[in-house]
Parts: sequence; structure tokens; C-alpha cells
Amino acid sequence: MFAFILARILQAVPVLLTVAAIAFALFAYVGDPVAQMLGQDFTVEQRTAMIHALGLDQPIWVQYGRFIWAAVHGEFGLSFRLAKPVGTLILERMPATMELAFCAALLALVVGVPMGVYTGIKRNGGLARLFMILSLIGVSLPTFLIGILLILVFAVLLGWLPSFGRGTLVTIGTWSTGLLTISGLKALVLPAITLGLFQMTLIMRLVRAEMLEVLRSDYIKFARARGLSERAINFGHALKNTLVPVITVVGLQLGGLLAFSIVTETVFQWPGMGLLLVQSIAVADIPVMSTYLLLISVMFVTINLIVDLLYYAVDPRLRINRRSLTGGR
Amino acid sequence: MQALARFFDGDVFYSFRRSPVAVISAMVVAICIVAAVLAPLISPYDPFDLASLSLMDSLRPPAWAGEGDRAHLIGTDDQGRDLLSAIMYGTRISMVIGAFAIAFALSVGITVGLIAGYMGGAVDAVLMRIADVQLTFPSILIALLVDGILRAALPREFHERMEFYVLVFAIGIARWPQFARTVRGSTLVERGREYVMAAQVIGLSPRRIMTSHILPNVLGPVLVIATLNLGLAILDEATLSFLGVGLAPTQPSLGTLIRIGNNFLFSGEWWVTIFPGITLAAMVLAINLLGDWLRDALNPRLR
Repeated sequence: MFAFILARILQAVPVLLTVAAIAFALFAYVGDPVAQMLGQDFTVEQRTAMIHALGLDQPIWVQYGRFIWAAVHGEFGLSFRLAKPVGTLILERMPATMELAFCAALLALVVGVPMGVYTGIKRNGGLARLFMILSLIGVSLPTFLIGILLILVFAVLLGWLPSFGRGTLVTIGTWSTGLLTISGLKALVLPAITLGLFQMTLIMRLVRAEMLEVLRSDYIKFARARGLSERAINFGHALKNTLVPVITVVGLQLGGLLAFSIVTETVFQWPGMGLLLVQSIAVADIPVMSTYLLLISVMFVTINLIVDLLYYAVDPRLRINRRSLTGGR
Repeated sequence: MQALARFFDGDVFYSFRRSPVAVISAMVVAICIVAAVLAPLISPYDPFDLASLSLMDSLRPPAWAGEGDRAHLIGTDDQGRDLLSAIMYGTRISMVIGAFAIAFALSVGITVGLIAGYMGGAVDAVLMRIADVQLTFPSILIALLVDGILRAALPREFHERMEFYVLVFAIGIARWPQFARTVRGSTLVERGREYVMAAQVIGLSPRRIMTSHILPNVLGPVLVIATLNLGLAILDEATLSFLGVGLAPTQPSLGTLIRIGNNFLFSGEWWVTIFPGITLAAMVLAINLLGDWLRDALNPRLR
């Protein structure tokens, strides 16, 4: 177990170093920070002194080492656009993105799993077929279009829910949450549905496929022969065994949630990390972009690691041929 | 002619005729392609001709609504552009970018896959490791970041001229690993076949063996995946344009049109965003369904 974790962590290191190199190259080669800091009038001596003070005359690998050292300590420089430390900017916006992604994932699970079980059991029922058709449309509609349609119906035509922002926030320590006020919760509904819909259809289709597979197996037939109730068979025996792939997919989709939260946040003007990234890309705010790049890779590597470990913990069969697991990814 | 006759008598066409989903999808795709290709000839107006635009015509509702005008069947946008014409040209731009991006991803993926599969060893390990790492990131995120990096790195004027190619590159580079993995898998199988050994024995160069002997035999499955990816690439482009990092509003793709329309959602001008949205969704859905059907029809084992 320990060797497995260690091997996975060691595999992640070169990935992170490569991403850090790209982020560093952005800093080092795009734009001229010295010219920006000196302004219009300067002498050659001033320029040389500035270059020396910033350490830009050192070998490139020394600069790279310093960059990583600063990044590990949470120093990412100043945003060109907002003239604030990038670390603080991103930390301020992290709660918004995290709450949105968490609620979307929760929604996808709470609705997607029962729908999957239902369509799996009543394979040819009318309602089950309707669910399947709706899920096909859900997969094909782009995220931003779903958001726009929801705004049109629930905010513009019916006027039930707000269409932008986070509502009233409560600050606990450094974490500003919208989960504790009515207006905050109302503001969360449409973005969470928009972001969660794709994952929901994915989970539903996956659970359905797994249920169909499991319901055909011998131990379900045996459970029927023992005279167990339908409920005990479907939920106690069948559903339990469909959960391994569901855990993996949900885990890996957390990354997808973070990526598509960029789109959702733009549609709903949700003040999270994704909106910050889009605004920064539009004006080429390099410090914010390279910090986001670093941060999102750390998140992805961590998520993948946790999913691998969960997989390993849930399915005992994997412990035997773990070589193929580590070799396959 | 004979090849054509054989196609219409063959299994694939038979299963096509028998599948209503495939027939309807093919019709939708065909309509989109015709509208895109013939846009300069059949569109009622030229949305790029600034002289013909009149602000008096701006934000007119569809013809059947109260203040609608027969001249603009589904209304106009904020600059008085005829929406139907703008959608035709938008479909054209979206399709071209999607197709170019997939062509680019295919050429990178096939090259890498052939080299990795044929050479094996350390080359294979390194190339596939890169592909695996990239596959763990969603492709839209990679496209967005690549687009952002190029936007920052290229001089402004140069970037404005190259915007189209930057988008094609960003969307294409985000999708090569899937193609590379598929080609590598089939190449590994083909490498052990007798015809490859024969080619090696008569002393052909590895490059020659890869391009003219192995490539034709591994192309099938990867082309099917390319169809499925075309719909996704069109969505990628629409998403980037919607986020405001795609093409400029003077050259609107479907995503740009939806983005423009989004500004007028609250004032009740729903048609500016809904019609391009429906076009995009219908086109992508049809391409996806057609790709699914093609996969099942060509190779039942592929699933």
C-alpha cells in the first residue's frame, strides 16, 4: 500500500515540474517586466541595476528554482490588471468555485443515481425511456446554452430566481459562504443545475448500464430464489456492486467540474476562480494565468491520486494486480 | 461508378436506410453543410457588408411576432444584421474551424501513434506518458489555456491576423492524445503481421513502412473517432467564442452570436441568442448521433 502511494506521488512530480516550467516560461519570456517597472525614462545603468536586483542576470535554471521556491511559499507576484497579489486574489475567489462545484456534484449524485437505478430496473417503461431521451439532449447541449436557457425561463420569464452573482454572503474566517442565507441559496440553484446537468446524465447512464449488467448475474438470481424483496435485491445487492465505477467516474469528473465551472461562472457572473481566469486571459494578465495553471494542475494530480487510492480501497481485486493499475495510467 | 454502386448495395448503406435516427441526423448535417458552403449565394443578406446595415433595423423580432418584418425572417441582431444570414455564415465559420482543428489533431495523433507503436521502447513510453497526462485534463481547459498563452505571447496585431489559426491550433492540440492512443494500439497489432516483416526483410526504411504499409491499415477506427470528435471540437470553438476568447464579433461564429445575444436576454430580445443556440445544438447532436451510428455500423466489436 505504502509503496503504491509513494510510486503514484513520484509519478506526479515530473508532471508538476513540467507545468511549473510552462508557467515560468510565461513569466520569463512573455512581456518585459523591467520595461514595465521602469516606465518611460531610464538610463542604461538603471536598467542594469534593476535587472540585477530582480535576479534576471542569473542563469535560467537558478531563476526557475527561485520561481518554484516562491510558488511553494504562495508568492505568485502581482496581477497586471488588478495590481493585487495573485495569491490573495485566487484565495478570495476559491470559496465561490468550491461551493458551486460541490453543490453541482451533490446534485448530480442525488438525482443521477436514483434515475440510473430506475431506468435500469424499468428498462422498457415509458418514464425510463423519457429519461434516456432527455439525457441524450443533456449531453449534446453545451453548458453555456443550458445556463442561458435556465436564465431565460426562471429569471427572465418567471422571475423566480436571480440570474447573476452570489446573493448575500456570510464570512466565516477567510471563507465567504452563500450557503447560510436565503438569497445566497437562491442564487446557487441555477448555476449548480447548469454545472451539474452533464455529470448527472453521465452518472445516470453509467448506473443504468452497471445495473443492467449486475441484474443478470447469478447472485441476483440466487437472491430472488431466496425470496428476498425486490427492494432488498435492487438496493442492498445490486446497487452496492455498481458503485465502484461510479466512484471512479465521479472522482475524475471533479476535474471536469472545475473546468466547466469556468463556463458556468461566466454565464452567471459568479465571482469565482474561473471568471477571474477568463477576465485575465482576455487582457493577457500573465501572473494570474500562470498561477491558475499551477494551481489547477496540483488539484488534478491530487484528485487523480485520491481516486486511485479510493479505487484500491473499494475493490479488493485490484490489490492483486496493482502492477497493471500503476502501469496503465 | 462501380465503387458507388457497391456502396449502395453494401451492408453499411443497408443499415443506414434501416436506422431512422441516422437518416434524420444525416439530413440535418447535410442541411448545415449546404447552408455553410452556399452561404454567400443563398443567404438573404451579406452580414459582412457594413454599408447595407441600418441601425433602424436593429433588434427586429422574428417575422411572425408583432413588430416583425417579412424581410428578416427570424429577426435581426443589435447592429441590424439579418439573423438568418448571420447564422448561415456562423455555421460556416464554426464548421470550418471544427474540421481544421480535427484535421490538425488527426495529423499530430497519427504521427505520434505510428512512431510510438512502431518504435516501441523508450520512445513509446515517453510519448504515451505525455498523452496520458494530457488526457487527465479536460480538453476545453487545455484549449482555453493554450489560447490564453498564445494571446499573451504573440504581438497584438499579429494575433489579430492569426486568430483563426490560433483557435484551430488550441482546439486541435487539446484533442490529439485520443487519436495517438488508438493509432498506437492498432500499430502494435500490425507490427507483428507478416506483410510488415516482409517489408522489413526487403530493406524498406521504417518511415516508408509506417507511411505506406501500416498507415492504410490503421486508419479505419481513428476516422470513426474523428467523426465523434468533430461535434466536440465545434462545441469547444463555440465555448471559447462564448467566453470571449474566440473570433472577433466582426467575424461571428455561432458561439460569438450566442454571446452577443446573451446581452439582450434581459430586455426580452430572446431570438438573438436562441436561434443560433438551436442551430448549434441541432448540428452537434446530429453529428454525434451520426458518429455513434457509424461506429456501430462499421465495427460492431468496437464498443
